Amino acid sequence: MNTIFFLVFGIIAVVCGISVVVQRHPISSAISLIGVMGSLAVLYLQLGAEFMAAAQVIVYAGAIMVLFIFVIMLLNAGSEQAGKTSGLARVVGVSLLVALFGLLSYLVQRLFAGAGTVHFGAFRGGTVRDVGRTLFTTYLLPFEVTSILILIAILGAIVLARKEID
Amino acid sequence: MNFIIVSIIKAAVVAAALLTTLAYLQWIERKVIAHIQLRLGPSRVGPHGLLQPLADVIKLVTKEDLIPAGASQFLYVLAPFLAVATALVSVSVIPFGDRFQMFGFSTPMQLTDLNIGVLFIVAVSSLGVYGIALGGWASNNKYSLLGALRSSAQMISYELPVSLALAAPLLMLNTLSLREIVEKQAGFHLGFIPNWSILQPPFPQLLSFLIFLTAGFAETNRIPFDLPEAENELVAGYHTEYSSMKFAAFFMAEYANMITVAAVTTTIFLGGWQPLFPERFGSGYVPTLLLAFSGAVALYHGLHPARKPDRITLPIVAVVSFGLAALFLLPWVQTNFLPVFWFVAKTGFLFFLFVWVRGTLPRFRYDQLMAFAWKGLFPVAMVNLLVTGLLVALWG
Repeated sequence: MNTIFFLVFGIIAVVCGISVVVQRHPISSAISLIGVMGSLAVLYLQLGAEFMAAAQVIVYAGAIMVLFIFVIMLLNAGSEQAGKTSGLARVVGVSLLVALFGLLSYLVQRLFAGAGTVHFGAFRGGTVRDVGRTLFTTYLLPFEVTSILILIAILGAIVLARKEID
Repeated sequence: MNFIIVSIIKAAVVAAALLTTLAYLQWIERKVIAHIQLRLGPSRVGPHGLLQPLADVIKLVTKEDLIPAGASQFLYVLAPFLAVATALVSVSVIPFGDRFQMFGFSTPMQLTDLNIGVLFIVAVSSLGVYGIALGGWASNNKYSLLGALRSSAQMISYELPVSLALAAPLLMLNTLSLREIVEKQAGFHLGFIPNWSILQPPFPQLLSFLIFLTAGFAETNRIPFDLPEAENELVAGYHTEYSSMKFAAFFMAEYANMITVAAVTTTIFLGGWQPLFPERFGSGYVPTLLLAFSGAVALYHGLHPARKPDRITLPIVAVVSFGLAALFLLPWVQTNFLPVFWFVAKTGFLFFLFVWVRGTLPRFRYDQLMAFAWKGLFPVAMVNLLVTGLLVALWG
């Protein structure tokens, strides 16, 4: 059962991921990205990280992508035209892509040689309680630093936007 | 295997009940609004217009289903289904009652009890905006697009107060499972004050309740926050171009969202299926008394009919009411359906509140809407959360 779900949602994630790049219209790309995030949330859920799954949907699919779509609709962005393709770029691009994949898989094999295979549902500590406890004890400093960083970013955005209006 | 069969039966029962309720909520809303405005409301189709929902469904199904020129076809078709699906899914985690027991078989009256139930509802409802936003955009109509833009801006803004207002009672209840939330609100203080979140020590969550309900009105695009479909500015807003079943899907989504907001408010703030006062004061006889009273009223008006058909229809209503009242005296019905009665009563009251507000308040201006969310609700919800956290920490 778990394997079937993993395969289904893994395939959906990959197909949507390719679709993000291939689609001509920004709205279609954005919707494909929502598909990627939704299927990733299901994969988190399968691994036992319930809070991560919910946060993935609430934050990424529910807030950030709504903002993306809002901006795309507001700017009324049209379809992209396919540019001229050169044969050389295709040949070099594909071979470089294959090389990158090869390098990545080699590095993963090399660096995480001792890591076992993933078991669905074997992971404990993904509940809201566990995540909350870890955030406010072990990782308190990084957590607070991140929130201050986000606050600074918000203030910076407001300051920049104000200058535009004046 | 047993689990699968039970789940399918429960899902079928809940879906049938929900869809019938959705159809009749519209009738109730039209009737209540009409009486607020001193009109009669639907009264032609069937006795007291009771067959109006059926007539509406037939009208919508048989209407021509057209897709406007220049519309993005795929999204135009997808959007209404997205809207209605996200609206209906939330119901799956809401507990309607305690447990259903029959012949030694027992199952919780809830489709599924997730231990992240509250987060699940927040997540699903945050996806609801896509149906409206994409539908408005795909219609290739400037009014639809403006409605969709307003709707997404409004939903993003009001999601903050909603989440903050939800977080405060959760601090006190200390769980995210909706069933456990209701179970923790059982019991009474001083023997008669119910232990619901809005009345629970250390900090009664009355303020979060009001914030959540207000923001819930905005999240469901209801008056006074129905800017996305302001008919005197935007024709009909995001669903201007929609007709036939696709229009009906948007309509259903709006009502299903209202049910979700009312049911979640009931579960988290008003103690779910817990009774209003203890059993020793006779809370077990409330449904019997209410039904008997409504039967008596119907019987009186049936004997003194204002219109001719009332002479037949109202006595039938009276007989059915008396029958149900007698049924609620059976111990088996009491143990199983008293909790359901309390849940439905509270949710129904909140739905009535939605309609009442619609009949009473005018619409906001757009800048007022945004200022109200960011300068009013958001700071208040924030302070409320901080105070609750402090008091919970001090209380121990």
